[in-house]
Amino acid sequence: MFVASPISVASAMSAANLDQIFVILKNWLVAFLPPFWQPIAGVILCVVAIVGLYPALFAIAVLMERKGLGRMQNRYGPNRVGPFGLFQPVADGIKALIKEDVVPFNADHVVHFLAPLVLVVVVFMSLAVLPMGRNMVLVDMDSGLLFFFAMGASVELSIFMAGWSSRNKYSLLGAMRAIAQMVSYELVLLLSSVVVVMISGSLSLVKIVDAQATYSGIFPHWYVFTPWGLASFVIFVIASTAETNRSPFDLPEGESEIVAGYFTEYSGFKFALFFLGEYVEMFSVAGLGTTLFLGGWSAPLSFLGVIPSWLWFFLKVELWICFFIWLRGTLPRLRQDQLMTFAWKFVLPFTLLNLFVTALWRFMGEGWARWVVCSVILAAAYVVFGRLGLARRHVGPRSYRYAE
Amino acid sequence: MSIAFYPLAVLTLAGGLGAVLLKNTVHCALALSVAFAGLALLFLTLDAQFAGFAQILVYVGAVAILVVFAILLTKGSETPESGIFSHTWFVGLIIAAGVFAVLGWAVLQSVNALPNESAVPAITVHDIGNALVGRYVLPLEIVALLLTAATIGAVIVALHEKEGAK
Repeated sequence: MFVASPISVASAMSAANLDQIFVILKNWLVAFLPPFWQPIAGVILCVVAIVGLYPALFAIAVLMERKGLGRMQNRYGPNRVGPFGLFQPVADGIKALIKEDVVPFNADHVVHFLAPLVLVVVVFMSLAVLPMGRNMVLVDMDSGLLFFFAMGASVELSIFMAGWSSRNKYSLLGAMRAIAQMVSYELVLLLSSVVVVMISGSLSLVKIVDAQATYSGIFPHWYVFTPWGLASFVIFVIASTAETNRSPFDLPEGESEIVAGYFTEYSGFKFALFFLGEYVEMFSVAGLGTTLFLGGWSAPLSFLGVIPSWLWFFLKVELWICFFIWLRGTLPRLRQDQLMTFAWKFVLPFTLLNLFVTALWRFMGEGWARWVVCSVILAAAYVVFGRLGLARRHVGPRSYRYAE
Repeated sequence: MSIAFYPLAVLTLAGGLGAVLLKNTVHCALALSVAFAGLALLFLTLDAQFAGFAQILVYVGAVAILVVFAILLTKGSETPESGIFSHTWFVGLIIAAGVFAVLGWAVLQSVNALPNESAVPAITVHDIGNALVGRYVLPLEIVALLLTAATIGAVIVALHEKEGAK
């Protein structure tokens, strides 16, 4: 299909170069050093790039959220600082830096100080395994997915540290609720990711993306376009919204419910660190969802491959963020017991059934039969579970249980 | 023995010592999490990726959370009036020394007992999976049974509490 003329070869090469531009840049910069220092310098450069990029994305996301939420609620968002309020993140950053850092007298100072640090460190570490473009992953680990979930599990510890060290009833309650919610939905998150591991046969995120980056005709082999993939994707979206404490699952930090939950006693820069950690966690979970279900850095149609792979990855991640913001502006907050009931009585059984359906898909072999069977099972299960859940539960007088 | 072993060993030991010597119980739980993380990093220096990440996922992510919940929801978080060191510390010391001697002997003998193992066996997750459903499927099923029994037990305990409160 390519005529070997200089122009087409040059354009083909430049498309490939644009795709690999960051890798080429890194290799060029690292070549200035003696060979002993080159691997370390390469890693440090990549780390600096990630640590510099994601806070910038965070600033854009915060602005998008405030303006977007504002328009959804029929008001302007911030529009004073700069044209259309575009420099609002700068103003927020300056405010966070110059605010007085108030720590309660009875608070546990060491743990209070460490909690936002642990959150930010752990969340940035989880970004290390995401393939952000072709050949653009910081560490290509054999069990990259497991590393990601290990880091996600450590976030709960930091929330507990924040809630407990503040010596504040609201903080402790918020932290308890947040941990209960995160533990429940983390199980769901893990199980919905296991189906991807089952089909692709590897825990390495790079191999999972490579398995999805092939095309049949012009249509990609993304896992979201299969029945079990679509079900897992929906479950993953729900679980990731709950993992990052976003609306409608943001009872632990709902302003009208519990003051600000576990970061009530944090002011100034520490609050900004919590905020940063939460948004970067959103980005990393969105990145994982993109990698697992939406084909990572691969283009949606095969002829769109001229657009660089890293641009596709960040476009998909931004789409997730927009969806999170949209969800926040639309749905009301779930109550704690509704949240937990939803997780354990609807989403978890559905996820387990999805595991079974994926195994069925794998062993039924190629052909249209497996599409029909799997879709019918999942749709029927969704309707049945939904109907069962909608049945009226007997709500009796409230009973209190205290721990002895 | 790589150069990363020494700082990691110091970190793990510091975490372990903190878990028994600190006055505040929640601080002890957090120091225990540091010890778990140190162990996970030691696994990673030995190229056992699955073991290291599973250690973080299970111990730091689940066991440490369980420990802090247990401390918080019960009265155990206050420092007891009778002090934190037990009266039978001498017997405890002898038993701990005995266990340490047995474990140390077993570790030192393992070099002679398994002479055919290479220094760094390359175990991938694939191999672990194959072993789990191949050779070790019976222990896997027994563990699943144990977990089911624990879950049923937890549900029954919670149910009885509800009956008791009414």
